[in-house]
Amino acid sequence: MAKVKGAVEVNTEMCKGCNLCVVACPTGVLSLNKNVNVKGYNFSYMENPEACIGCSSCADVCPDACITVYRVKL
Amino acid sequence: MDIKEIMKPENQVKAKSKLLTDVPMHYCPGCSHGVVHKLIAEVIEEMGIQENTVAVSPVGCAVFAYNYIDIDWHEAAHGRAPAVATGIKRLQPDKFVFTYQGDGDLAAIGTAETIHACNRGENFTIIFINNGIYGMTGGQMAPTTLEGMKTSTSPQGRDVSMAGFPLKIADMVAPLDGMRYVTRQSVHTPTAVRKAKKAIRKAFENQKDNKGGSLVEIVSTCNAGWKMTPAKANEWLVDNMFPAYPIGDLKNV
Ligand SMILES: Cc1ncc(C[n+]2csc(CCOP(=O)(O)OP(=O)(O)O)c2C)c(N)n1
Repeated sequence: MAKVKGAVEVNTEMCKGCNLCVVACPTGVLSLNKNVNVKGYNFSYMENPEACIGCSSCADVCPDACITVYRVKL
Repeated sequence: MDIKEIMKPENQVKAKSKLLTDVPMHYCPGCSHGVVHKLIAEVIEEMGIQENTVAVSPVGCAVFAYNYIDIDWHEAAHGRAPAVATGIKRLQPDKFVFTYQGDGDLAAIGTAETIHACNRGENFTIIFINNGIYGMTGGQMAPTTLEGMKTSTSPQGRDVSMAGFPLKIADMVAPLDGMRYVTRQSVHTPTAVRKAKKAIRKAFENQKDNKGGSLVEIVSTCNAGWKMTPAKANEWLVDNMFPAYPIGDLKNV
């Protein structure tokens, strides 16, 4: 299997901190931030960026379409 | 490899559909409505039919759907979306027409419109969000509410001897000769989301050959109405909603 490396970018102001992406991530990349956005939500962020494989699971389940996914083959 | 190196436009594999506006959705955090809106926007974008799609929004939480997906919309009175869509599709048969309705809208006040539009084989798509509850008005019991399920109007749980049994609309319309495609999907996991998107795509594609109606039921969560976290609501969905509303195609001809 080719090695892949991914990264996700969260639109922190659109994120409502619902936690669904955190649950959906198969490699435990995401977590909710201690800080909050303008609306007071603990937005999602990459806590373990090295583990990201760019599988898009987080973006698939995100109700607010606030996740952009990137992937490169190494 | 540096994160900045990965986050380059050429490496982008998934981004927000261009059809979704920048208006933040008013839905509660983790609501299934948002996921389904996203799928519909993606399907319309991928089919390149943005200019040729007319949607009918319901009364219910999705009443403001027209603010979020950049296509033509028509608002219908509570439950009447299939009647309005019938008019639109008959006058403009070349347009892709769909209704987007909750269970309070489609399976309670609008049951007659739903059944008759399906029976007439109107050539549009019905997207049916079944969260077993009236979300918008404060979580009252709907016809789809499960037996024993607690809602604001059935605090002891739904008593079927008084309130009847969960109404299974997809099972009811599937045998109708007017219907061509009836399926039940969900959006609680990445795999389910991808399958639901395929189903929505198929329901839209079906309109091209004018062979009858398509209904896509999405068994959904209403975490605020169910009084659970979004993740817990997804688990509850699997344990409680799926036995009553099993996922899969009911009709595909
Ligand atoms: C004629 C009429 N009757 C009742 C209402 C009140 N009402 C607004 S939304 C709603 C139910 C919506 O529930 P559902 O269709 O399940 O959508 P959800 O909010 O759960 O997405 C009701 C009864 C109304 N707006 N109009």
